[in-house]
Amino acid sequence: MLDHAALAWLLPKTGRHHHKQGRTNAPVFGIETDMAGGGSFDTFPKLLLRNAAQFSTRPAFRLKELGIWQSWTWAQVAEIVRAYAAGLHRLGLQPGDTIAVVGSNRPKLYWTMMAAQTLRAIPVPVYSDAVADELAFVLAHAEAKLVAAQDQEQVDKVLSVSDRLPQLDKIVYDETRGLDSYDHCRSIAIGKVIEDGRAALAGDAALSERIDEFVRAGNGSDIAVILYTSGTTGASKGVMLSTRGCIDAATDTTRFDGLTYDDVVLAYLPLAWVGDHYLNYVQGIIAGFCTACPESSDTIEQDRHEIGPTFYFAPPRGFEAMLTRLMIRMEDAAPIKRRTFKYFLEVARRYGEQVSSGKSVPLSGRLLYALGRFLVYEPLKNVLGLSRVRVAYTAGEAIGPDLFAFYRSIGLNLKQLYGQTEAFLYVTCQPDSQIYSDTVGPAAPNVDIRITESSEVQFHSPGMFIGYFKDQAKTAEVMTPDGYVKTGDAGFLDEKTGHLKIIDRAKDVGKLADGTMFAPKYLENKLKFFPNIREAVTFGDSKEFVCAMLNIDPIAVANWAERNNVAYGSYQELAGHPLVYEMVAKDVAAVNRSLAQEKMLAGAQIRRFVILHKELDADDGELTRTQKVRRRFIAERYAPLLTALYDGSYEADISTEVTFEDGRKGTIAARVKIRDMQVTNGAKPRGKAA
Amino acid sequence: MRAPDTNEILLHVEGVALAFGGVRALRDVSFNVRKGEIRAIIGPNGAGKTSMLNVVNGFYHPDSGTITFKGRTRTRMQPFEAARGGIARTFQNVALFKGMSALDNIMAGRTLKVRRGLLWQMLRYGPALAEELEHRRRVEEIIDFLEIEAIRKVPVGRLPYGLQKRVELGRALAMEPDLLLLDEPMAGMNLEEKEDMSRFIVDVNNHYGTTIALIEHDMAVVMDLSDRVAVLDHGVKIADGTPDEVKKSQAVIDAYLGVSH
Repeated sequence: MLDHAALAWLLPKTGRHHHKQGRTNAPVFGIETDMAGGGSFDTFPKLLLRNAAQFSTRPAFRLKELGIWQSWTWAQVAEIVRAYAAGLHRLGLQPGDTIAVVGSNRPKLYWTMMAAQTLRAIPVPVYSDAVADELAFVLAHAEAKLVAAQDQEQVDKVLSVSDRLPQLDKIVYDETRGLDSYDHCRSIAIGKVIEDGRAALAGDAALSERIDEFVRAGNGSDIAVILYTSGTTGASKGVMLSTRGCIDAATDTTRFDGLTYDDVVLAYLPLAWVGDHYLNYVQGIIAGFCTACPESSDTIEQDRHEIGPTFYFAPPRGFEAMLTRLMIRMEDAAPIKRRTFKYFLEVARRYGEQVSSGKSVPLSGRLLYALGRFLVYEPLKNVLGLSRVRVAYTAGEAIGPDLFAFYRSIGLNLKQLYGQTEAFLYVTCQPDSQIYSDTVGPAAPNVDIRITESSEVQFHSPGMFIGYFKDQAKTAEVMTPDGYVKTGDAGFLDEKTGHLKIIDRAKDVGKLADGTMFAPKYLENKLKFFPNIREAVTFGDSKEFVCAMLNIDPIAVANWAERNNVAYGSYQELAGHPLVYEMVAKDVAAVNRSLAQEKMLAGAQIRRFVILHKELDADDGELTRTQKVRRRFIAERYAPLLTALYDGSYEADISTEVTFEDGRKGTIAARVKIRDMQVTNGAKPRGKAA
Repeated sequence: MRAPDTNEILLHVEGVALAFGGVRALRDVSFNVRKGEIRAIIGPNGAGKTSMLNVVNGFYHPDSGTITFKGRTRTRMQPFEAARGGIARTFQNVALFKGMSALDNIMAGRTLKVRRGLLWQMLRYGPALAEELEHRRRVEEIIDFLEIEAIRKVPVGRLPYGLQKRVELGRALAMEPDLLLLDEPMAGMNLEEKEDMSRFIVDVNNHYGTTIALIEHDMAVVMDLSDRVAVLDHGVKIADGTPDEVKKSQAVIDAYLGVSH
């Protein structure tokens, strides 16, 4: 049943690389045989069977349990998934039904998706940190018949809203701890479902035949998965993706980055996020690589070090946090180590990018870089668990040029991509030889992009979604009549490189009262590139000038405070400390100076800012689950501060309700200070004195 | 998996008195602990709670009175005998090996379970290795249970206080005790840490069926956790019963809030 010609590209490189002129002029490494979207493998269950035959003894999943990495081969996974599917079938899961998956990255939860797809049912992963209300919304909207939950915490959450979920029939769960005494008519351990399915298959040939029939009947037009968007703009929407689209898109990108069964990923991104579903789940099945699941969310660094992933994705803030921690540790190192580190980072900054992209470098530079690699870069990457990474991506937000250059310079092949759930991730991505910190690359293979007159980016891609689940109106809003999808992002194609540059959400780009362009995200990103600033929210649309609300980075600032004998008792006290204000004001001044250089934005310098007394938090609705700021909501919530920023006062009282992790609510009250900023030449002075 | 609520008495303390010079820390205190329950001993500062615990596990020898544990009555017992007999404890001011990792600290709790001699252990080969692996597996289960995977290899001296308390609980659990004595498990913790610790105490009781006797200063915490509560004040037991009964007792209210003289 295996189409070996079609599999050729999956095998290790044969040395027959050639450049193929794609639609995007991007060099595509591959072998002539065109899989055209998986050849005869148009569904995930079929690909799983292929993997079981082709990569039977290769590891498919790993999970650290009781301190030891446990592995499952593709053959084992195929057997388990089949038994699991039989078990779910016996629980009443029918083709077209939805099954929600809520929890962190666990093999059994990935297998739930595979088992559901085997039955032609539709998995709906849900953010595991969603509070009960958000969870209830998604489960109700998706009409989930079953829920696969990771542990007691998630089961409790589902049970707490079950009266709002008439369709919900049963809950299956992975970790049994604490669940022994629950009503087992309603909730069953996944292990039991698998055992039950296995026993039933063994004793019932007709059932076995029925499962085979589901797999045979499955086809590319089946809905593979419904991914709920994180809700940057209001209630989340269920993005329906077709099996054919998923497989086509991921086939292109696994080929683009040369991913094979030899690769390993560490699955630590939220299950419900398109990034995890695409990069780990779908690419994993297509390339046959191994997905390793961390022991817990606190052990990711250690697990990354032990697993040594070869393909790695992290949002910019992930790379930033890694660097911040590293720098803090370096400050505690012995002076000689510190000096060596500083010296060779400078060497890397000068020669690193050229050496890795194969450009000409003077011999002395080459030698120094080689020495640095031995003494600093490789040990450093080893500590970070990045030694074996061949391809690393970042996306989701703009990445700071210094941060990006740092990782590139120590020899990490870090690239940028731009995408969204509706595209099933990739819209653009940077080929290995064309890397810039301020672009997101040319269109991905087989993707068409165009920029409208209002500078909105639109695309047409193999993986693009079918529509929003039960929301024809919203679907019509984002699909153009000629089959393109509106991203809602403003951007332009860079003249020099032909790459796409993203400025901001199209609807967020506004104007100051005097007509100066105001791109809040652009300003916020510039602010956030400073290590002391964790989060920034800027205001200015239709106002006279620009103001900012800032969050300090607790790790970086606490470390600074310790070194400078600044005493504080709480986050709130630290955030309001005069010396902290002093330090942050310097960063804001630097942003203003850099804005003054840009013709279009010189008038949008930050005149006043305030450091918030609490961290912006997704539980309070201030950030989305993917950690993006919800500007409008924050403006309402912190209205007294916003008023004070514009009426010239230097202090304001604010009281905010906060939600704790267990769902209880409390209130934080504070008096926060407001700071005036000088603007740099080029902008006209503020009209009214404070 | 909670142990059945039998009325079987695991520990019986009868008429215990203890004095340090002129200070009479305990005066004729009697109480018992039933198998499978969570038993609390509370009282204001200086009430004699820790002294009581120290008497139970053999740190102090009472001046008079008897202690019956698992049917064996004795007046004097050494701490190691108590440990061997199945009594484990944690301390008010965390007593861990600060320079050792969390894992090694918990492994230390297995010491009494090690069957092979020192020489075998040093060889770390064959049966000794197999045994060590078995101990390690038990310890890993505890680490998983207490959700401290991330700090497995961190020297405990570098851990925040709340986590040190959890490691100490882990070490006590590693002994697979019949009776677990907790000396102010919540002392010095913030609210979140207290809630975590309360959950672990209840889980230990449910999951392992371990009988727990805990001393606590903070009354609110104890009332939610315990099956029965004994109240000490100035070395005298002033109340004993279910949390509800104790809450209503006038003597307890007076001891905690003070009485106008």
